[in-house]
Amino acid sequence: MKTIYISQDSVAVALGADALAQLGAEIDGMTVKRTSSRGLFWAEPLVELDTAAGRLGFANVRPEELGALVQQGDQHPKCIGLLAEHPYLKDQTRLCFGRMGVTQPLDLDDYRAHGGFAGLDAARTMTAEQVAQAVLDSGLRGRGGAGFPAGLKWQTVAKASAAQKYIVCNADEGDSGTFADRMVLEGDPFMLIEGMLIAALAAGASKGYVYIRSEYPKAFAVFSQAVALATEAGYLAAHSADNAGSSEGAAAEPGFSIEVRLAAGSYVCGEETAMLESIEGKRGIVRAKPPIPALSGLFGAPTVINNVITLASVPAILARGAAHYAALGSGRSKGTLPVQLAGNILRGGLVEVPFGAVSLRDLVFTYGGGTRSGLPVKAIQVGGPLGPYVPESLWDLPWDIDEYAKNGITIGHGGIVVHDSKADMAQLARYAFEFCAIESCGKCTPCRIGSTRGVEVVDRLLAAQDAQSYQEQESLLRDLCDTMVHGSLCAMGSMTPLPVLSALQHYPTDFTASANSAKTGV
Amino acid sequence: MQNQTADQTLPTAMSIEQYTVTQALNRCATPFEPGQEAAALLPILHAVQDQLGYIPPAQVGSIAKALNLSRAEVHGVITYYHHFRQSPLKGKHVQVCRAEACRAVGGEALWQHACARHGGAHTVEAVYCLGFCANGPSAQVGDKPVLQADAASLDAEVGI
Repeated sequence: MKTIYISQDSVAVALGADALAQLGAEIDGMTVKRTSSRGLFWAEPLVELDTAAGRLGFANVRPEELGALVQQGDQHPKCIGLLAEHPYLKDQTRLCFGRMGVTQPLDLDDYRAHGGFAGLDAARTMTAEQVAQAVLDSGLRGRGGAGFPAGLKWQTVAKASAAQKYIVCNADEGDSGTFADRMVLEGDPFMLIEGMLIAALAAGASKGYVYIRSEYPKAFAVFSQAVALATEAGYLAAHSADNAGSSEGAAAEPGFSIEVRLAAGSYVCGEETAMLESIEGKRGIVRAKPPIPALSGLFGAPTVINNVITLASVPAILARGAAHYAALGSGRSKGTLPVQLAGNILRGGLVEVPFGAVSLRDLVFTYGGGTRSGLPVKAIQVGGPLGPYVPESLWDLPWDIDEYAKNGITIGHGGIVVHDSKADMAQLARYAFEFCAIESCGKCTPCRIGSTRGVEVVDRLLAAQDAQSYQEQESLLRDLCDTMVHGSLCAMGSMTPLPVLSALQHYPTDFTASANSAKTGV
Repeated sequence: MQNQTADQTLPTAMSIEQYTVTQALNRCATPFEPGQEAAALLPILHAVQDQLGYIPPAQVGSIAKALNLSRAEVHGVITYYHHFRQSPLKGKHVQVCRAEACRAVGGEALWQHACARHGGAHTVEAVYCLGFCANGPSAQVGDKPVLQADAASLDAEVGI
């Protein structure tokens, strides 16, 4: 009897995993198990074969190769060796992503057998204050972008008195170059549920929401199923509107229910207050802060809002203790971050490492293997579309939130997009404004109007025929960026200028008219 | 169309649009605290669009009335969010990612091709990230992603 493991993650399926699984099932004596993805997206469809020495991996498998690879094992040309020893995986610290590629996403027994709910069990032996303290002591900072201490947020909500409090998980992972949240929702959904249950204990919340972007329909479907299974198994209370814990028949433990919500194609709904507006059934317009959502959030109630990875990091903190988490990382950047290598990269995928343990150069070249095209790396954007292009002089900085912040870069959710020498940085700068114009919620004039004007100014800059006109447009561009940075309510308007200004600073030749006349296209 | 349930009888002349909206309202609208009535709006709009393919403007009034909202508020939500549409798709829904990670691997050329080749018979739209950023350029035809896409693989999925 042989067992092979094939991922059911969206990427693997789109690259042919289902056809492989079907074929595998037809082989005599073969068992096929569908797991989450290891996050070795350069290797999908990845087939793993159980052997006495561990799971043997085969990369980019085509259906006609399946029979042969089972026969030939490590002699097969597509074999990449034992997964546990693979250079892409063996030095990672998968505190959060440890079950990826190992377990079957919707199998509760599989989850429990691999450490699932150990964190919740530990939390249930503690008081609410002790749970929040543990998360504070771990040093866990928000993984959505802002990096605010999670424990502090939980304590704020715990101290607020209200009839109803909420835990809202921000799963509106809209940044290009990011897919860690998608992997959790599709691949280890019970981990997020466990994290939310622990948060609910600490904060005194009886109801939770998970707001998933509409561009992730499979993640929505899988996570919704996970909630149903967790409810059936008694981990979650059944969802009802009347769940404040003060209704008739309230048990000693109030119970926590989760409602899964589908977003509707608005990037700005990844901003926490716009997300709340959307859940409340309105247009996703940004709210002014104060009041902070911890005190007046969803429906005006005290609300813990955390990113998927922040909540998914919590079970390990409770299970292994805050000290274990805090021992990883560097400075005030404790723990691990699941970095996402994307764009024009040879070996794109998920690399979970402690802060301070690597540099951007290690990530892009040692893990990532440089560009997919084979051309030189021209630009690396860190932190999503609102992040700057990082110049080579900073590629060796320790991968630490504060080291990067000192240099004007937000590591944020950990997305890294690599561009090769064919990239036109002026067009990318123009696109930064264009995207802002498309997605702006419209509340702030600098963002709403500035983004459109920004596209126009870049066009005039690129068309400038002499030094004087160029100077004029550049001056106008910088002035506009300054207004957007200082006059916008949220990160959309205030950080759109970052990629623009960094492109102008580090790649000035892409902007001059002579460079332009030589360009043939995008 | 005629249907009878234990708690309501529907008029025989009800259109498929009215029926779909009524079903969605029954399924999704839950009793809320005062001031929270609108909360079911997005789930209702999703349910209607999933069933009909779009949200009929003629149904905005029924939705607004059920949720104690103004038609302007409902209209505002429908038009604010890129996902919702007010008329049926023309042909297939062809989405091509135009965000950074896909641009880095030639996504713009794919976009130009999709518009030129399929824009006539189908609904070609830009999408900003499908979450497959290590395997671009990414596109989606209906609910089927096409990864590491080029003109040929996209055309094959659209069906030439």
